[in-house]
Amino acid sequence: MSAFLLEPLQYAFMWRGLLAVVIVGVVCAVVGAYVVLRGMAFFGDALAHSILPGMAVGYLLNGSEALFWWALGTAVLAALGIESITRRARMREDTAIGIIFAGMFALGIALISTTRTYSVDLTHFLFGNVLGVQPDDLWLSAAFGALVLLAVAAFYKEFLLLSFDPVLAITLRIPVRLLENLLLVLIAVAIVVALQTVGVALMLAMLVTPAATAYLLTRRLPVMMALGAALAALAGIIGLYLSYYAGVPSGAAIVLTSTFFFALVWGIHGRGLV
Amino acid sequence: MWKRELHRTEHLLRRSYAPHHPDTPILRLESVSVQYENRAALVDISLDVRTGERLAVIGPNGAGKSTLFKVIAGVIPPHAGAVHIYGSDPEAHVCIAYLPQRSHVDWDFPVTVADVVMMGRTGQIGLLRRPRTADWEKVYAALEVVNLRELAGRQIRQLSGGQQQRMFIARALAQEAQLMLMDEPLTGLDAASQEEVFRVLDALREQKVTVLMALHDLKIAAERFDRIMLLNRRVIHLGAAAEVFTAERLLEAYGGRVHVLHGEQRTLAVSDTCCAPEETV
Repeated sequence: MSAFLLEPLQYAFMWRGLLAVVIVGVVCAVVGAYVVLRGMAFFGDALAHSILPGMAVGYLLNGSEALFWWALGTAVLAALGIESITRRARMREDTAIGIIFAGMFALGIALISTTRTYSVDLTHFLFGNVLGVQPDDLWLSAAFGALVLLAVAAFYKEFLLLSFDPVLAITLRIPVRLLENLLLVLIAVAIVVALQTVGVALMLAMLVTPAATAYLLTRRLPVMMALGAALAALAGIIGLYLSYYAGVPSGAAIVLTSTFFFALVWGIHGRGLV
Repeated sequence: MWKRELHRTEHLLRRSYAPHHPDTPILRLESVSVQYENRAALVDISLDVRTGERLAVIGPNGAGKSTLFKVIAGVIPPHAGAVHIYGSDPEAHVCIAYLPQRSHVDWDFPVTVADVVMMGRTGQIGLLRRPRTADWEKVYAALEVVNLRELAGRQIRQLSGGQQQRMFIARALAQEAQLMLMDEPLTGLDAASQEEVFRVLDALREQKVTVLMALHDLKIAAERFDRIMLLNRRVIHLGAAAEVFTAERLLEAYGGRVHVLHGEQRTLAVSDTCCAPEETV
């Protein structure tokens, strides 16, 4: 058994991968608590997909060099853009998000298709490659992940108030729009931090599944965040081992483990979905 | 837009809000109108409310009761006219509490009763600060007033309707609100729970807390309030129960949904679209 667990650890890429999935799991689960409570799953999914064209442009211009920064820039712009458009458009919010999201995603695919290694690159962007994480990527993820967690802690009571009762937030004359946009930016940063681990396509699971599992187990927000973080980190580690031994892509293995946790808790708890 | 946001932040950082002049009315509306898309939600509303007064707002569904409260709270800007709280703009005040309709609240949200009451202090605590002992003392004192001290640690879904309503009153107290805008707090409460809400409001009256309440029960409005506003997008009438609840005026507010019954004493029955046939006067 110990050989089973220790064998993969002789590889540096495995260590980096494990560190990455823990960072990503914790950051996404904490931010994900707000995504779940505020019903922003579709926004999160759309945001992740909207990053594709930005990454494609960055990739075409300077290869995989500064990909993180291109993704970060696009994600922040897309988050604020989606917010601003949905506030102005005279249609249902999810319709507006759907239009932008599909359009951006298509643009991303079109841009990537101009490279010679089209299908390899696209797969990489869509599904991530946690075992390819470089030390520099790890540092960036850790730094920006920490920044997100710090911001969530610093504005904890404001984000709580905003999510539970926006009208009270306005009557207390709190800068609602500023904080609302800050929360969207934090979600965007969390997505970028997780990009290399699970890719664009499975991102939503990182934001939603551990937080939703924790929501079934507790009715306290801080506990929900901590529990979600622990579940996500554990799912990341188990998923990575699964990936190593079963040869399943790491993103898929992590998400499947996470989904299994949810099913398990749901089954035992019998609390029902919604 | 952003300028307004920065302005708010400035208030918050300095924690300086507009003064409360004792000789100006706590609330004054001057010809306030609100439009939604192309539909008029409120038309030419004027109103003076003095400190400590208790005003009932009566009207059918869609009459603009919630809109009226939100415009007073500074949540929705009026399209015409002006709202004054102690003589200045509502946005310069943190003393206005809007108590939401219970059906508009996510009761599965992972917060306790004390958490929700503490939300009322978010402004006073200030950005980047955590609640201090004094804030917790205010929260528990507020819970004491509404008789929920024992339930402070409960998740909010576990409260009864009346307790949920009193929790929001406690939150307004923690906020140190001078003006409470209560949006249909009695809907769905049994008589005992309604009584408990009024017991708390009677206690608050001594602290000069002013209350505007939207409700459907004409009998309670007549018995428990100083004045009544009959509203259907515009003010049909504002005054004492005897002047407001006449067949003519109720017909005007409720359209065909008023039935005038002639008994020994003249009796009116109003039935609303949302609810079972309502009270009689």
